[in-house]
Amino acid sequence: MNSRWLQYLVLTLVMLFLIGPFFIIVAAGLSAGESLAFPPQGLSFRWVIKVFQIDSFRESFALSMALAVFGTLAALILGVPIAYALARYKLPFGETLRTIVSAPIIVPGIIVGLALLRYLVVPLDVEVVTALFAAHTALILPYAVRVVSASLNNLRSDIEEAAVLLGASRPGAFFRVVLPNIRSGILAAFILGFVTSFNQVPVSLFLSGPGVRTLPIDMISYLETTYDPSVAALAALLAFLSIAIVFVAERFLGFSRYV
Amino acid sequence: MSDFLQLESLTLAYGKSIAVESLNLSVNQGELVAFLGPSGCGKSTTLRAIAGLMKTRSGHIRLDAEDITRKPPNKRDVGMVFQSYALFPHLSVTENVAFGLRLKRLDKQDIDKRVTEGLSIVGLGEFARRMPAELSGGQQQRVALARALVMDPKVLLLDEPLSNLDARLRLEMRSELQRVQQQTGLTMIFVTHDQVEALSLADRIVVMNKGSIEQIGSPEEIYNCPATRFVADFVGFENIFAVHDRQLLPADDNVGGDKPHSARLPLTCGTAPDTRGLAWRPASVVLGSGNYPGTIVGNAFAGTVREYLLQTALGPVRADVNAELPAYPTGSDVMFDLPFDKAVPLSSMS
Ligand SMILES: Nc1ncnc2c1ncn2[C@@H]1O[C@H](COP(=O)(O)OP(=O)(O)O)[C@@H](O)[C@H]1O
Ligand SMILES: [Mg+2]
Repeated sequence: MNSRWLQYLVLTLVMLFLIGPFFIIVAAGLSAGESLAFPPQGLSFRWVIKVFQIDSFRESFALSMALAVFGTLAALILGVPIAYALARYKLPFGETLRTIVSAPIIVPGIIVGLALLRYLVVPLDVEVVTALFAAHTALILPYAVRVVSASLNNLRSDIEEAAVLLGASRPGAFFRVVLPNIRSGILAAFILGFVTSFNQVPVSLFLSGPGVRTLPIDMISYLETTYDPSVAALAALLAFLSIAIVFVAERFLGFSRYV
Repeated sequence: MSDFLQLESLTLAYGKSIAVESLNLSVNQGELVAFLGPSGCGKSTTLRAIAGLMKTRSGHIRLDAEDITRKPPNKRDVGMVFQSYALFPHLSVTENVAFGLRLKRLDKQDIDKRVTEGLSIVGLGEFARRMPAELSGGQQQRVALARALVMDPKVLLLDEPLSNLDARLRLEMRSELQRVQQQTGLTMIFVTHDQVEALSLADRIVVMNKGSIEQIGSPEEIYNCPATRFVADFVGFENIFAVHDRQLLPADDNVGGDKPHSARLPLTCGTAPDTRGLAWRPASVVLGSGNYPGTIVGNAFAGTVREYLLQTALGPVRADVNAELPAYPTGSDVMFDLPFDKAVPLSSMS
């Protein structure tokens, strides 16, 4: 009996710890007061509406969106062939390749950001947007490779041989029987990559330049000058967007099987 | 047509390890050939080489008077039914069967007609719209068979087609395969490690061991007159002895030892000067009379027969005796005989 109570207590604390902040942010964003505070002073939608009127949020949201979409696409275009090669062939440097591809997960973002800044942006004079795009692609690549690998490992390789014996070429077999069967894995990787990129702070922090900021960075710098609840309102909106994406993914793709 | 498919000193390897060495085989058109042998002896490897899924190290493969050794697998007109069926999980039964026909760019009516035909040959007409995951193992197997059949291949290869099915389905699929083969006149090679399957299905059996052929023959030849120790062992000749200097010796001791008997060579399967060993089935061994002494060390009732194990100067001897006769108790000494007219001469003891 006692241990049962303890279980519930621990569970409640964990849940509180995990989703408590979310409710605080939502409440703070719906505040009618002038500054960011909890508990909120009254209830209103004025800060939610304000979010859509701040120009820099609109610009950084567009940049973050573009980075997330195109960075994830690029990561998949690189990642699917890598995952395929790792799954199907005994590559001489297979393990090394796997490690290199996983590195961005293991190495702290701050280091990746600093390294890219110091050795790519500064000496080579690369455009900030290009550097951000490259960095996000590199960060998403490990997730893409892992998730697609998982669905490739569930797929027997002899269906490709069967397709070849029925007249398909090797690439034809890939497009006709491999790709359709790892479709949901690719979509899962896309969503995971999208969210990872969209929420990315440390790398973007180093690479963001004058006038070029991703949304999370923009929100931080906004907070530094203006301490009003609009940031909380925006954060709540983004959280709902993420929840919606994951919900749709789970509903239609069984997303949780892949992560 | 004879020599429809020819393998000429075919050698196959995975990296440095040789899986199949200088294999020679010739298959006639319309023949049903079984590759029989224990797991790992190179059966699948040979099939994959015929299909072109595996490069040949050396040697040639000829099919229908054409050298296909270097021909890519998708141009060979060779069909294959995989051990795991290898159905395309995202396609329905119909779409699976139509896959190859669509790649051939046949017109739609032709495809529909051949798919319907193919599915009815394997008795799956009403399952056309199902997905592979909604079918039993036996039904999936039939889809895989239909998918290969509709392509009208020159040779159909089947890798352990029955091993994943339960006993009853296996019997059913066995007669199904025979029926399909008679109906279509297709040249077929199937792989199995089950001698009963090979004996009951094949026109000709190729017994393989460690990457080479031990013996090729009709089921009767393989079963009654195995040529080597390996084949004899495989088809149930449990008593195998070496012959040396017209002496019968324990199987693994063909140079010396205490020579218990002078051998006269038997006549059942023809004698040859190169006879290296003799083999008897347990049922051929006579207990209670004969020239050899032995001691009963094992004795088990097995329905119609009683199975004995004897300790003898020739090593262990197995004998099956009509169970209605009185039993010899374990530990008793008996005389036994190895009748030469029931012996099978072996040309190789390795
Ligand atoms: N992909 C592979 N890589 C390396 N060796 C293999 C591979 N496949 C099979 N072999 C080896 O080749 C030999 C023949 O294998 P296989 O043709 O599959 O035997 P069977 O089908 O008769 O059971 C075995 O010794 C096996 O270990
Ligand atoms: Mg095999």
